[in-house]
Amino acid sequence: MEPLLEVRDLGRRFGGLQAVAELSFAVNPGVIKAVIGPNGAGKTTLFNLVSGYALPDTGSVRFRGEEVRGLLAHELAGRGMARTFQQIQLVPGMSVLENVLTGRHRHTRTGFLAGMLRLPGSLRESRAARERCLETLAFLGLADLADAEAVSLAYGQQRLVELARALVCEPSLLLLDEPAAGLNMRETEDLAGTIGRINATGLTVLLVEHDMGLVMNISHEILVLGAGRRVAEGEPRAIQRNPDVIRIYLGDEDAESP
Amino acid sequence: MAVAGRGFGFTAGLAVAVVAIQIAASASHKVFYLTQLTMSAYAILVVLGLALLMGYAGQASMGQAGFFAIGGYVAAFLTTFNLAPRRDLLFVAFLERAHLLMTRPDGSGGSVTHVHPWAAALFALGFAAAVAWIVAGPVFRLRGHYLAMATLGFGIIVHRLFLGSPYFGGADGISDVPELVLLPGLAITGRAAARVSNYYAAWGLVLLTLWMLSNLIESRVGRALRAIHGSENAAAAVGIPIARFKTQVFVLAAALAALAGVLLTHFNSGIGPSEASVMKSVRYVAIVAVGGMANLRGALVMGTVLTFLSLRGSFGSFDDLVFGGILLAMMLFSPEGIVGGDLWRRLRSTFSLKNRGDDGTAA
Repeated sequence: MEPLLEVRDLGRRFGGLQAVAELSFAVNPGVIKAVIGPNGAGKTTLFNLVSGYALPDTGSVRFRGEEVRGLLAHELAGRGMARTFQQIQLVPGMSVLENVLTGRHRHTRTGFLAGMLRLPGSLRESRAARERCLETLAFLGLADLADAEAVSLAYGQQRLVELARALVCEPSLLLLDEPAAGLNMRETEDLAGTIGRINATGLTVLLVEHDMGLVMNISHEILVLGAGRRVAEGEPRAIQRNPDVIRIYLGDEDAESP
Repeated sequence: MAVAGRGFGFTAGLAVAVVAIQIAASASHKVFYLTQLTMSAYAILVVLGLALLMGYAGQASMGQAGFFAIGGYVAAFLTTFNLAPRRDLLFVAFLERAHLLMTRPDGSGGSVTHVHPWAAALFALGFAAAVAWIVAGPVFRLRGHYLAMATLGFGIIVHRLFLGSPYFGGADGISDVPELVLLPGLAITGRAAARVSNYYAAWGLVLLTLWMLSNLIESRVGRALRAIHGSENAAAAVGIPIARFKTQVFVLAAALAALAGVLLTHFNSGIGPSEASVMKSVRYVAIVAVGGMANLRGALVMGTVLTFLSLRGSFGSFDDLVFGGILLAMMLFSPEGIVGGDLWRRLRSTFSLKNRGDDGTAA
C-alpha cells in the first residue's frame, strides 16, 4: 500500500537550533498516527513543514504520491490537507456557521461578480455549503450553537469549531496540532471519541499531542521525537515499553518505568 | 426575500430618505443642497470601497485619494486634450475610425477634438484598476502599519505627479471637462437644470453599490476576506489564496474610488490636485473609522453627514483638522465607530466618576 504521506530526510534549522533533522516516516491511509515528544522536540515544526507553514532545508515530503515540498499552505489545503492550530484561530465577528463555511472554500466557486450580484448559481452553492456545514456541526454536537459568535464560546467548543472547519474541507489527511490542549478531562475523553468517529469514516489523522492518555488510547501508530530526530516509532504498547522513549521522557538516570 | 437579501430594510429606508430629501429641498427652494449631496454621494463610493478593504478584509489604504485622482485626471485629460493636430498619428486615426473621438466647440471660438467621454471613462477605470493591480504586488508583501505607510507613499507620488506635470495643468488642474451622457436625457454635469437628475443618478449608484458590496460580504468571497482579516494562517489552512484575494479587493476598492473620481470630474467639469492630496485619503480613512470599520451602513451615514457639512463649509478653515481630530478620537474612544458601536457607554465610563473600571470598560 502506498503511504498517504511520506516524509524523507526532512531537516530544518532555525539559527543555531536544528529543529528537525534527518527525519523520515510515513502515514498510511486510514490510520491515526500520533507524534509525541518532550517540549522542544520539533513536533510543531514538523507539522508546519508538512503543512506548508515553513520551508524545509532538506528532504522531501510526498503527499498522495506527489512531491509537495515547497508548496504554500493554501496549495496543500487545495490538495486535501486540513489542519487545526494549537492556538485557536477563529475569526471574530463571525458566527460558528460562518467560520465553518470558510472551510468550504475549495469546494465552492463563487467569485466577486457572482457574489455581488447574488447570481442564482452562487445562492444555490451557498445553500448547499450551509447544509453541509450544519451536518458537520451536528456530527460534533454543535448544532445549537451555529448562530453564536464563534469566539464567544467556551474554549473546548471553540476547538470543536476549528475541527468542524477542517472537516468540511473534506481532506484526505487531517492534521491536529495539540487538539486536547486546554481541555479538561471530560472534554478530552469526548475528543478521543470524536477523533475515533472521524477516523471511522475513513479519514487519516496525524496529530501532535501532549496528553499521553489520549495518544495511547486512540493512536494506531506513534512517532516519538527527541531533539528533532526520530527516537522510536511503532504501536502504542511497544512505545510504552521502549527504553529510549522512557529515557527521553524521564531523563538519563536509571529510573523505574512509569 | 431571496432576491433582496439581508439589509433590505436599510436600503429601502435609504431610498425613501433620498426621495424625501429631494422633495423637501425642491419644495423649500433649496435645490442647491442637492449639489452638495450629489458630491457627497461620490465620496461615499470611495468610502464604501475602503470600508470593504479596510473594515472587512483588514487591509489599510492611505492612498485612496490617489485612485480617485487617477480616475478623474485620466477622464479629464482624455476629454480635453485636443487630438486635431495629431490626426496623422496612426493611433489617433484608429480612434477616429472606431468612432471614439468627438469634436465640440471650445470656449474661445475654436474647436477641440478629443476622446469620447464614455470611452475616456472606461479607460480611466481600467487604467486605475491596472495601477492598483500592479501596486498590490509589492505593497501586500507588507502588513499593518507598514502597509499603511506604503499606500501613503503611493498617494504622495500620485499627488506630486499630477501637481508637477504640465499635461495635467499643474496646480490649476484641468477644466472645461464636458458632460458625460449616461443615458439619453441623463448627463453627469453640474448645470443647474440637471441638479435633480444628477442627484438621483449619484444616489442610485450609491444604493446599487451598497447592495452589491453587502451581498459580497455575505458571500463566499466576503467570508474569505473576513477570514484573512481574522487569521491569515487559518485562511491559508482552508485553501484561501491570500495574496490573490487581497489583490482583488484592493483593485475593487481602487476601481470604486476611480469611478467616483470620473463622475465628480464630469460633475464639476474639472479636477484639481487637491483631490489627490494625502489629507483627502486621511479623510476617507476617518470616515470609515467613524462609521465603524466593518460597517458599510455606518460608513455611508457618517460619510454623508461629514462630507455634506464639509462641503457646506461648516468646518471653516478647520476642515482637515476636523477629520484628523475625528480619526484620533475614534481610535481612542470607539474603534467600533459611532453607528452600532458602544461609544456612548464608553464615553459615559470615561467621564463618569462612579463605577470606574467596572461599567462598560470590560465590554
